[in-house]
Amino acid sequence: MSETATIISLRGSRAMHALIRFIGISAVALSVFGLILLAAGKSPLSAYADTFRNTLASAYGISELLVRMTPLLLAAVAVALPARLGLINVGGEGQLYMGAFFASWGAFLFPNAPAWLLLPFVTLMGFLGGAMWAVIPGILRARRLVNETVATLLLNYVSPLIVSYFVFGPWRTTENSAYPETGVYPDAALLPSFFGTRVHAGLLISLAALAVYWLDIEKTRWGLQMRAIGGNSGAAQRLGIPVPFWIVTAMAIGGGFAGLAGMGEAMGIAGRLRESLSPGYGYTGFLIAWLAGGRPLGILFMAFLFAIITSAGDTLQISQGLPYAAVNILLAAILFVVLARRPSAGTHP
Amino acid sequence: MTTPLLLGLLAGAILSGTSLLYATLGETLVERSGIVNLGLEGVLLVGASVGFAITAISGNAWFGLMAAAAAGALMNSLFGWLVVTRKANQLASGLAMMFFGFGASALIGAPYVGAIITGLPKWRPVWLADLDWVKSTTLFNYDLLTWLAVPVAILVWWILFATRWGLGVRAVGEMPAAAFAAGRNTARLQYQALLYGGALGGLAGAHLSLSLTLTWAEYMTAGRGFIAIALVIFSKWNPLRAIAGALLFGGAEAMELQLQARGSPISPFVLGMLPYLLTLVVLLAWGGSRRLAAPASLGRTFYGAN
Repeated sequence: MSETATIISLRGSRAMHALIRFIGISAVALSVFGLILLAAGKSPLSAYADTFRNTLASAYGISELLVRMTPLLLAAVAVALPARLGLINVGGEGQLYMGAFFASWGAFLFPNAPAWLLLPFVTLMGFLGGAMWAVIPGILRARRLVNETVATLLLNYVSPLIVSYFVFGPWRTTENSAYPETGVYPDAALLPSFFGTRVHAGLLISLAALAVYWLDIEKTRWGLQMRAIGGNSGAAQRLGIPVPFWIVTAMAIGGGFAGLAGMGEAMGIAGRLRESLSPGYGYTGFLIAWLAGGRPLGILFMAFLFAIITSAGDTLQISQGLPYAAVNILLAAILFVVLARRPSAGTHP
Repeated sequence: MTTPLLLGLLAGAILSGTSLLYATLGETLVERSGIVNLGLEGVLLVGASVGFAITAISGNAWFGLMAAAAAGALMNSLFGWLVVTRKANQLASGLAMMFFGFGASALIGAPYVGAIITGLPKWRPVWLADLDWVKSTTLFNYDLLTWLAVPVAILVWWILFATRWGLGVRAVGEMPAAAFAAGRNTARLQYQALLYGGALGGLAGAHLSLSLTLTWAEYMTAGRGFIAIALVIFSKWNPLRAIAGALLFGGAEAMELQLQARGSPISPFVLGMLPYLLTLVVLLAWGGSRRLAAPASLGRTFYGAN
């Protein structure tokens, strides 16, 4: 009995610790945000007010946070799952584009299919696209040919070009459109949205992905095997765990989740394929997973926090006239604080 | 292929290879001291934006160049504070620097988008300018950075392999405990390597904005930093081999431009993938067998010094 009590209280203190960390990171983010604005000669207070008004102050604002959390959660799990094996998947951005590309392909292939058939099909295609893009570095790593960090980073630059090729070329809409974009998807391929907001079924998919991740790491033999590989791959190999198989599989599943994020952005938000599919959700997902230390609840918290931070990026752009990319300074500052505070943080992202 | 086309390709390869070579040399220096800097992309971006901004303000590209080198060194000293002083994880810190570079360069460059600058002056030696086969191309019409690229590579090689300081840097990269026991200040050596490497990275970025494109655009380095990191592996951490690597990749870029200029039926987007895919192929062909050439303590944090 007392053992159970200790475990419960340990769990409690861990949650407390996570909460303190969450608040600390939010405070750092807010002050750095203020400093950037001061440096650029703007008023931080009005920017705080704008950000608050656009996010937490209204039901609409909160629904928009959920919209943003959808790809972020998936992109974070895409990093966290391979990280269990010690793999560093920085390719979420490329995998996301590949997922959107494959999902669009599926939708344009069967424009007349009914929704009950087409929706699962494009979802599967999205997953496969992302998975395929992650399997390449996975195989290269499993065969000890190329480091997966460099390979995933390089592939991030390739898949947006594939999307651009199709958006400017074969798939370009015949409507008179100022943007290079494809025609709209058939209605049956669009993810349903809820309560008249932009919150779409992708949110359920991302929560399911997080649940799968939690189940996998906490409750299954596979999760244990993956952790064993992450701990000491040589020992795991000698124990008979098929290390190369798990490396490729973990990359595939992770990439598949990132692909689903791209599918959600295309089929749930844009309704067509565009070049500007993601403002770096893949990279932000990496930060979320890293800051959360791979813990499922932490990922949920951090995704929420980063949804607010990226909204602050919009505020920077729209009401303060600064480039959206400036939000990256904010992301970096948060990382700096965590990195500098915690020496000898292992390779676990 | 006709001779003018080949010469044009070579000229283009040298021009686009210049910034790659400086970036590769900088990263080689840093990696020889046992540190992987994935933030090189950020260093290049900050170098490009600072160089452009200062040139636009002062009207003098040389000031821009110096500012870019200083900015690159500053970026790497921040990185050094994280990984050397605070002993943080190198890969995560490098990615943090990459994000920082994305943001900082966008902020620095934003007021100067579309600004018109006079770039680095170019000149061609008189005795070469009179030759017929040179006249029709841009061959040998280079700015100072391009003219100095190969001498700098030789200099970096000489410093690493023929000076006491270079021996110290390599010792720290191979076995920091031994270097420390031999009385070397490992942290100082790593900081020095980072500063010089950062300055080279800043110059690499500045060459893009001050000589190659004469513009500033967000994310204009487009992954060159990562290509340079791959080139370090390709060149077996040797500054002289890096010259060949930079030429090869500069050639891929030049080929892309030449084909586009000649109205090739291949889509520019497909051609744009070439450098990244080529990098992967090169890593695939040589990366595995070259692992032994890497500094033995590359990427590891040394805890012994304090």
